Amino acid sequence: MSPMFISADKPRPAPEYTAARPAARPNEDPAWVKALVLSAVVGFLVLVLILPLACVFAEALKQGTGPALEAIKDPDAISAIKLTLLVAAITVPFNALFGLCASWAVAKHQFPGKAFLITLIDLPFSVSPVVAGLIYVLVFGAQGWFGPWLIEHGIKIVFALPGIVLATMFVTFPFVARELIPLMQEQGVDEEEAATSMGASGLVTFLRVTAPNIRWGLLYGVLLCNARAMGEFGAVSVVSGHIRGLTDTMPLHVEILYNEYNYVGAFAVAALLCLLAIVTLVLKTALEVGQSVHGRHV
Amino acid sequence: MTITIRAVDKRFGRYPALNNIGLEVRDGELLALLGPSGSGKTTLLRVIAGLEFPEAGQVLFGGQDVTYAHAAARQVGFVFQQYALFKHMTVAKNVAFGLDVRKAADRPSKADIAARVAELLKLVELDGLGGRFPSQLSGGQRQRVALARALAVSPQVLLLDEPFGALDATVRKSLRRELRRIHDATGVTTIFVTHDQEEALELADRVAILNKGQIEQVGAPQEVHDNPASAFVCGFVGEANRLVGEVTQGRFRSGAIQVPAPGVAPGAASAYIRPYDIVAGAPGEGFEATVRRIVLHGPVARVETVLDGGQPIEASFAREDLNGAVQGGRVTLKIKQAHLFPVVQG
Amino acid sequence: MSVQSVLPAVAGPRRPLLRRRSAIPGFGLTMGLTLTILSLVVLAPLSAVAFKAAGLGWSDFLAAGFSQRALNAYRLSFGAALIAAGVNGVFGLATVWAIVRYRFPGKTLLNALIDLPFALPTAVAGIALATLYSSKGWVGAALAHAGIKVAYTPVGVVIALTFIGLPFVVRTLEPVVRDLAMDVEEAAASLGARRVQILGRVILPALVPAWLTGFALAFARGVGEYGSVIFIAGNMPFKSEIAPLLIVIQLEQFQYREAAAIAVVMLAASFLLLFVINAIQAWARRYS
Repeated sequence: MSPMFISADKPRPAPEYTAARPAARPNEDPAWVKALVLSAVVGFLVLVLILPLACVFAEALKQGTGPALEAIKDPDAISAIKLTLLVAAITVPFNALFGLCASWAVAKHQFPGKAFLITLIDLPFSVSPVVAGLIYVLVFGAQGWFGPWLIEHGIKIVFALPGIVLATMFVTFPFVARELIPLMQEQGVDEEEAATSMGASGLVTFLRVTAPNIRWGLLYGVLLCNARAMGEFGAVSVVSGHIRGLTDTMPLHVEILYNEYNYVGAFAVAALLCLLAIVTLVLKTALEVGQSVHGRHV
Repeated sequence: MTITIRAVDKRFGRYPALNNIGLEVRDGELLALLGPSGSGKTTLLRVIAGLEFPEAGQVLFGGQDVTYAHAAARQVGFVFQQYALFKHMTVAKNVAFGLDVRKAADRPSKADIAARVAELLKLVELDGLGGRFPSQLSGGQRQRVALARALAVSPQVLLLDEPFGALDATVRKSLRRELRRIHDATGVTTIFVTHDQEEALELADRVAILNKGQIEQVGAPQEVHDNPASAFVCGFVGEANRLVGEVTQGRFRSGAIQVPAPGVAPGAASAYIRPYDIVAGAPGEGFEATVRRIVLHGPVARVETVLDGGQPIEASFAREDLNGAVQGGRVTLKIKQAHLFPVVQG
Repeated sequence: MSVQSVLPAVAGPRRPLLRRRSAIPGFGLTMGLTLTILSLVVLAPLSAVAFKAAGLGWSDFLAAGFSQRALNAYRLSFGAALIAAGVNGVFGLATVWAIVRYRFPGKTLLNALIDLPFALPTAVAGIALATLYSSKGWVGAALAHAGIKVAYTPVGVVIALTFIGLPFVVRTLEPVVRDLAMDVEEAAASLGARRVQILGRVILPALVPAWLTGFALAFARGVGEYGSVIFIAGNMPFKSEIAPLLIVIQLEQFQYREAAAIAVVMLAASFLLLFVINAIQAWARRYS
């Protein structure tokens, strides 16, 4: 065999190895870069994330714990909390069920138009929450498609619980499906096929083989779905009608108190929602840490 | 259980994966589906298992049409290439799964299931590992679990997709013998897919060779190797030198090489010659070639030569027949036997 | 299996009416439910907007959807979302880099905090940012001292949209940065590339598709955002009024068609963005 050089390289001086200390590993940044990046990141996050969070609690407790607790114990606040919990209790299980159906159909089967279906499922994420509320007003409102018929039969959807639930459903629609579809696609169909070939029925295969593999992903999706369901403002604000003590959810109640210059009250209820967000983040982090310890993959 | 495949067609989109496949699998035999990747062998196995459904044709189990029967109803044991073990279940739970999911009326008692699991783990030599999780096992052990799990349901047929594909060479060899032993112990009709001709020839009772979605030849390993039915089989099974030439007057000619071609139609043809069918010839008989390299394997010498026209020829014969041939020197070679196939135009 | 019912060999296969596509069951049921729910909850109501806006007729639609006030609102919504996505593009990338590549105390906490905008109700974020950046707030007071007014100006809108968009950029980039094979960087180094060259020629090009996707997601979310913005925006018509707010105002005046017209314009923009995001992702897949 002759040497394989195709053409001559440009001659270079022989390398000099004169490093007094070990050079940085090729994928490690120099210390000053690290310091610069870290301080920029921390500074940015403090301004955008941490100070706002701290501000909520500081404002809520400006006059001590008494007035803050007072604002939360107000009957209108209590009714807002109840309504928020009720809305989440209806929408989250519904969207979880939808997410399970959609991910099973999409991830475990082949069919034409799959990518388009996934895009449609993701659609609510790209629609402004205000538009999400508007569409239900247009369908079920007094001027809407079914408006006259609903009025005739004495059914209230818009400016009542069903409208709030529908609007919340719309904005939280993709959460669970979006979490489960990539997870189930990644896991493939081998285990399901193995179970089927051993005689397991569809339901048994799902419950005993698929479900254990996706339970953390499902929980993760439900967690995010719940946070958004309880915190949704734009869509709910359009369909709720802002009837105090009746159709006000917690975020709407915050807005009303704030616009009435009742800052302590507004921030007290907001602090409650902050706690919800913090609990969500803690659980989410715990799920992620647990996942990386046990490992999704064998 | 005999399995009959009749005129099965299967396509993925516009790509035909199986094209008019016919195959008869005998009761209790160990059959290998051998072919290069993309030849359709795994698709055929999945059609037999009921994991894919053909566009046309029939699959019969013991004379019964199961073409469109659900996988769960076929009572097959399937061992997946990546094993597809249930990660969240122990080894024992994995093996018991097929029994656990039966309807109450058909389900053996807890004690019976435990006994059967223990028996199967013993069969695959994993006794005592029932409490482990798949992640705690080596590749070879996972493969055994997959095998035990497939056998637990007393399958009519055992189907294995590249069963040794993901294992290293030593484990492959020992598991190969293991599979043969287990097959002989259970007597269940077994079909396995492989792209490794050595594995197919060593392990199987019969070998079916697939190429481009069609079956090229079915036969005992020796028969397939010694009497290849097509140029593809000859090239794929065992090593062979390939020469392109022409048949005239009952002889095949390619440069300096001539071999008798009784019964082969005149015209363009290719000759496949096994290295061990080329021996050292006495001066004057056969043809001359230049030695490029000599590799010694104990008593056998593999001689890589090149003809004057540049065509490489590899021969393999006894070391003492080398007659002092050296690298760069000339040797005389003689062809004992060649497989001739007319070149199909088109 | 018993062999009692041996079919004659001539019997053709009993082809099921609907050909089986897969051995895994439940396709019909789950697909049916998926399509039904999707149609009822999402698609049918969305089409209502188009029908309502169509009721206006072409010239009235243009007048409502593209009035000067609406145009100004779009400019604010889209412009502020674009700037905020840009800010997040820079700081989001730095954040991801720090989270993935550096070890520092409090990393888990910081990582968890990134998702705060996903978990925190937008109205809460809105009042918090408005208070913080008002001339009496912790940060706003300092800025006011320097002569910069943030709250109740378009700058405030950018701040709110930066808050909302951050996790989209970070969470889209993070897995890609994590999967960046270190050996590729090492290979580049062994071929004689310096750190800056590795960054510019090996690392950043690999991140472009994810970066663009994250940018587009943050932008799309920012365009439609309402809750976190209205408290800090000032909401002056023609000046600091965002497009979603204009829809709400039209609705409060019972001008349903006009509201629908603006909604249709915004929906069209959403679809366009969705299309762009899908195109970016299809483009990114060409390597894998």
